[in-house]
Amino acid sequence: MSDEITGTPHDEQKKNSGITRRRLLSLSLLAGGAALGLSRPASARPEFSGWPNSFGMLVDLSLCVGCRSCEQACNEANAMPKPERPFDDDAVLKAKRWPSAKAYTVVNRYPNAKNKEQPLYRKIQCNHCLEPACATACPIQAYTKTQQGAVIYNEDLCFGCRYCVIACPFNIPGYDYESVTEAKVVKCTFCNTRIEKNGLPACAEACPSGALTFGKRTDLIKMARKRIMENPGKYLDHIYGEQEVGGTSWMYLSAVPFEQYGLPGGLPKRPLIELTEGYLSSVPVIFTTFPAIFGMLYAALHKKEKRDEGGQKTGSDSREVKHE
Amino acid sequence: MNKLSDVEQRRPSDESGFRSRFLAKLFMGMSPADYSRSLVTPFNLLAAAILATSLPVFYMRYTQGLATAIHADHEYPWGLLLSWGIFAGEPLFAAGFVVAAAYYLFGMKHYRVLVRLSVLGGMLGYAFAAAYLLIDLGRPWRIYYPMLVNFGPSSVLFVVAWHVGLYVTVQLLEFSPSILEWIGSRRLHRWATSITVALIIGGVILSTVHQSSLGAMYLITPGKLHPLWYSSHLPLLFFSSAIYAAMSFALLLAFVAGRYFRKTCDQEFLSHVQPLTISLGKGAALAMYVYCALKLLALAQDNHWALLSTPFGYWYLIELIGFVVVPMLLFTAGVRMEKIGLIRFSAFYAIVGIVLNRVNVNLIAYNWNLPDHWSKIIPPWSENIMILAMITLHILVFRWIMNRFPVTRELPEYKGTH
Repeated sequence: MSDEITGTPHDEQKKNSGITRRRLLSLSLLAGGAALGLSRPASARPEFSGWPNSFGMLVDLSLCVGCRSCEQACNEANAMPKPERPFDDDAVLKAKRWPSAKAYTVVNRYPNAKNKEQPLYRKIQCNHCLEPACATACPIQAYTKTQQGAVIYNEDLCFGCRYCVIACPFNIPGYDYESVTEAKVVKCTFCNTRIEKNGLPACAEACPSGALTFGKRTDLIKMARKRIMENPGKYLDHIYGEQEVGGTSWMYLSAVPFEQYGLPGGLPKRPLIELTEGYLSSVPVIFTTFPAIFGMLYAALHKKEKRDEGGQKTGSDSREVKHE
Repeated sequence: MNKLSDVEQRRPSDESGFRSRFLAKLFMGMSPADYSRSLVTPFNLLAAAILATSLPVFYMRYTQGLATAIHADHEYPWGLLLSWGIFAGEPLFAAGFVVAAAYYLFGMKHYRVLVRLSVLGGMLGYAFAAAYLLIDLGRPWRIYYPMLVNFGPSSVLFVVAWHVGLYVTVQLLEFSPSILEWIGSRRLHRWATSITVALIIGGVILSTVHQSSLGAMYLITPGKLHPLWYSSHLPLLFFSSAIYAAMSFALLLAFVAGRYFRKTCDQEFLSHVQPLTISLGKGAALAMYVYCALKLLALAQDNHWALLSTPFGYWYLIELIGFVVVPMLLFTAGVRMEKIGLIRFSAFYAIVGIVLNRVNVNLIAYNWNLPDHWSKIIPPWSENIMILAMITLHILVFRWIMNRFPVTRELPEYKGTH
């Protein structure tokens, strides 16, 4: 014990077995680093480009007049509380709003750079991704993508971490922060129960301007292409949502850049799940290789200790003297 | 110290003897009256004031909902509470696994005196991370859902949840010999020490995955996290920075123990503080060079050099140069000249840098391109009060344990058992 105090163990180590230990250390850290960094491309997830025959919605933004009939229909179909101001009060359009615990969908007004007289309107709701980031992010699998196309949230499973909100590229899931015992995510359901009964989503049924078209997603893409071709110069040659984050069930046509409607630009074309699956597949690598690496390391060091003990045989408490 | 071990050595057999022995341990050998008098100190009064101020906020959070206590909406669901409590805290609490691995797996025998202290630091830190989660979760009573009710294996958070859960357990077991020595249970103590190596290896695995997965959580947010902070290397960046954060934290823990808990440290611990500080400082400096290289690699790989001349680029450079390169050089100088004070200062500096990095990823560079970004990420006073209260509680629990359990000293009757 006393010799430990006089000779600093740190110096001792430098002289004695420090080099081999450090080499072992760096080797094992390298192995760990390799496991964390290298396994990225090695994914064998089967290709999935959405349920066949799933439904979607084509939103022709150039046709939306901001009447908020969709908001009213949504409110009634989902038996939500009556809003503070009636649905025909245009004053609410002055402020930017967002779907919340009180409304699954809202219409916002945006300034039109080309024509100040004609402002732009966009209905905001969940875009029902083909491979939803919220479902990828949820640690309890509270989200399901149904074969009809809706992304459905199950509040009975949710514990309220809100990682889905972090993950959603469109900032859609709202959370009911006001409630204590029934705090939950609130978002558009694509009127899944109505679709299952061969009905239309309430908003599409109510839209008077033809901005919303409900149908098979594959048909909607064909229809959108046709609209772009038949109206040269009117639309951007881009169906927003056809490929963004792997494709969404709700898709948009527009005459002006989508960013002017507050839709995020520059989204990756790949589903976001592909960005994390490489990391997740490295986890089993760590679990299988680390015990072997560190077990061997421990065994090797102990063998060396035993050998040292045999050679030295000084003092009664061998554990404390062997390296000093 | 003497008083404590005297108490430990008395072994009355009857029930009332057990009770008085237990109370003596609880009150550190003082009578209840003396003990309560000893509690009246300026620090305790300040702590009591902070905790008292926070009580109404906690009350509101649990009776009126999250909205009354934290700032959160559909764009910024996580505020400073989570950023500080989970993302900034956990790299420091890797101290338990780094020091334990150095001693048990890499055979660095002089780390032995520091193992228990670091494991205590790690265990408490993780327990508090779970406590922060209990504040922030919408339905905290369902905290076990990812383990028992339904599984979301495609989620990185699922990995985080499992690893935090398992790692808290592993660290409790790692620390259990200390608790069992305090209680005086020899049989359980022998069992607990016999599984140590398996626990340490398990801890290394869990901690590696867990630290990196905190970074991996943000892999799903391209377009939301600023491209200078978003990188496919996020898991590796979080893991490597946790290594030097852990070493910095461990050497500061040793300083705190030697300075403020001197009575509870034995001579062996105290004599090791200086050499261990240099050794840990060296390790931290090395790890910082690795981290720095990885940061540059990430920048080069994504070819984001042009972004450096934007306002967020300046902020990125302040973080990288001001809070990684500078403490790294200070560490190097401190280790070269064997200046303990400088090493400790660098450790503190490096930890501030880690906190800044995590807050950048969680808050400042997250959703950076939204309008009103800056006004939305400033936490309300109620959230700050809760953070302050949690830090205070953390210190109080740490002190309670340090004053009682054999952490930085070896009890004579258990010598050589670990």
